[in-house]
Amino acid sequence: MSASNENLKDMIGQEYKDGFVTDIESESFPPGLNEDVIRALSAKKEEPEFLLEWRLEAYRHWLTMEHPEWSFVEFPKIDFQDISYYSAPKSMDDGPKSLDEVDPELISTYNKLGIPLEEQMRLAGVAVDAVFDSVSVATTFKDKLAEAGVIFCSFSEAVKEHPELIKQYLGTVVSQFDNFYAALNAAVFSDGSFVYIPKGVRCPMELSTYFRINAANTGQFERTLIVADEGSHVSYLEGCTAPMRDENQLHAAVVELVILKDAEIKYSTVQNWYPGDENGLGGIYNFVTKRAECREENAKVSWTQVETGSAITWKYPSVVLKGDNSIGEFYSVALTNNYQQADTGTKMMHIGKNTSSTIISKGISAGHGQNTYRGLVKVGRNAENARNYTQCDSLLMGDQCGAHTFPYIETKHPSATIEHEASTSKISEDQLFYCMQRGISAEDAVSMIVNGFCKEVFKELPMEFAVEAQALLGISLEGSVG
Amino acid sequence: MLKVENLHVSVEGKEILKGINLEIGAGEVHAIMGPNGSGKSTLSYVLSGREGYDITEGRVLFNGKDLFEMSVEERAWAGVFLAFQYPVEVPGVSNIYFLKAALNGIRKFQGLDELDAMDFISMVKNKMKDLDMDEKFLYRAVNEGFSGGEKKRNEILQMSVLEPTLCLLDETDSGLDIDALQIVAKGVNRLRDPKRSFVLVTHYQRLLDYIKPDYVHVLAHGKVVKSGGPELALELEEKGYAWVDEKIAS
Repeated sequence: MSASNENLKDMIGQEYKDGFVTDIESESFPPGLNEDVIRALSAKKEEPEFLLEWRLEAYRHWLTMEHPEWSFVEFPKIDFQDISYYSAPKSMDDGPKSLDEVDPELISTYNKLGIPLEEQMRLAGVAVDAVFDSVSVATTFKDKLAEAGVIFCSFSEAVKEHPELIKQYLGTVVSQFDNFYAALNAAVFSDGSFVYIPKGVRCPMELSTYFRINAANTGQFERTLIVADEGSHVSYLEGCTAPMRDENQLHAAVVELVILKDAEIKYSTVQNWYPGDENGLGGIYNFVTKRAECREENAKVSWTQVETGSAITWKYPSVVLKGDNSIGEFYSVALTNNYQQADTGTKMMHIGKNTSSTIISKGISAGHGQNTYRGLVKVGRNAENARNYTQCDSLLMGDQCGAHTFPYIETKHPSATIEHEASTSKISEDQLFYCMQRGISAEDAVSMIVNGFCKEVFKELPMEFAVEAQALLGISLEGSVG
Repeated sequence: MLKVENLHVSVEGKEILKGINLEIGAGEVHAIMGPNGSGKSTLSYVLSGREGYDITEGRVLFNGKDLFEMSVEERAWAGVFLAFQYPVEVPGVSNIYFLKAALNGIRKFQGLDELDAMDFISMVKNKMKDLDMDEKFLYRAVNEGFSGGEKKRNEILQMSVLEPTLCLLDETDSGLDIDALQIVAKGVNRLRDPKRSFVLVTHYQRLLDYIKPDYVHVLAHGKVVKSGGPELALELEEKGYAWVDEKIAS
């Protein structure tokens, strides 16, 4: 093997740095799933009757469903009876009122991850609703948000404090019968985040949730619901890391976004869950249903995701463009290394008139990684003047990996304008040599080239997230000069 | 500065360079001329450290150090610069970012601090003026969508920013019209310095009208068959490379 290939291997073979386990006493259910488990879960969370019924309906429907087999990923059959459906850090029972009351070990976990909560609160002005093993333990900046009328809390809290909003919006974008994993999530979801931005309010800060999977063998079933009322605006950041572990962990989250007239949601994700070791052992299964509905006219949503973690990533953040003149955007970087698999993309459903969508997807495959873009652009019968632009690019590093593209286009209106561009490239020896001849080390050169490849997506990320994304790809920031 | 001793180089088992000897002193400009396939480009690639070339015999000393013991980056840090015949595109990476990363790599090696962003930009902008380059080039991706002339000017810009001590110019004149050639030559001449040496690899004499060499070497079939002063280039131009072949035959 040539020297620069060796360098490439070293560079992309860096070990997962966030691999450690926090020792916090967990209060967990024994493994197993049946109606009693769901009742117990609902009771533990002191949920109203309507929610329990909703869960049970979902569960009963789930029992009739078959596991979907159409994706381009492979994994052994999951035994859903072998999963524990509830786990909470013990200190939660006392309910920390402020950061000072939060388990110091938790704080130190965040510090190890480079996410010092206090620092972030002070410096970045970001409110953090930290999800540590299914239960939110720290929520900040509540007062400032409350002043603006913004509701940002854990899902459990929202169920207690704002049951009418939950009842009105829960399951209206992703129904509890939507698909296998969405139904499972509806039945057993443990916690998550809830956001409501009232009419005409521009959320005064970026809202951020850091997820972490911690207890062994605990499936994570997060549920996030964000409602942007008329003329409102919010930017939401979701980021995650996980400790190193041998057993596969299932994560089947559901994210629902409701965008009303003239409102806008910007939803950004940096996903860095444990990807498994270099032989493909362990790692997170990340099977997520994310969907936004531009319910009324001039609604706008943009999904930006940087997916570097998980053994398997299987998700399609989608947009239902129901309102006239509504806009959907999807910007994605997905990196697969070693034996990671990703089958990700988006669905843009054009229903209203003059709706437009943009899809920019960047797939990077290294090692034995398999990277699939799967996208659907659907233009309905009444979607006059729908427009879509899709660009999907793949970058291959080495000769053992794969890139696959499955774009689907269905249009039922003759006025639709749909553009699709695709490319596949390799980091060439020429590029590496050129950079190195200018005094840039091989490692930095690879970072630079990958960073350049992802630039169109990174520029969509909020600044602090862009920094994290770069750190994840081991790269330095583009355009910091000039 | 550079001493090439009995250099033999093969590519995939085929010998391309068959015993090259060259000595290049500080501040000197050497032109290496030769017909296609004579091994001119091979020489500049081997000196800069590109992969795929087997050095079967001989050695090269750069300021007394064994050049082949140094990696590609180490050579760059030590002052070896190759102006590429075909500059490579790096999509999404802006010129200014690329230049800054390169310069900081070299400065780090020299034990210097990174240059302040404002100082860096004004320094680069001044050098661009000399090369008649628009500032907007700084924010375009490296060589992406550049015309042939723009790419070559960009190489000279990098050279003037990085201030190497040994500049290898591989067919820098190819694909340039006369105006672009003059601008590039002016840029190179501005960089001439008693501490800096140049090796101009070229097929044609016309580059040497603008950049006056101290020595001219004629390369044919992997060997230096004739060395002389600038007048040798003129003689070559007049008589053609066939003349060299005849000389070898006789």
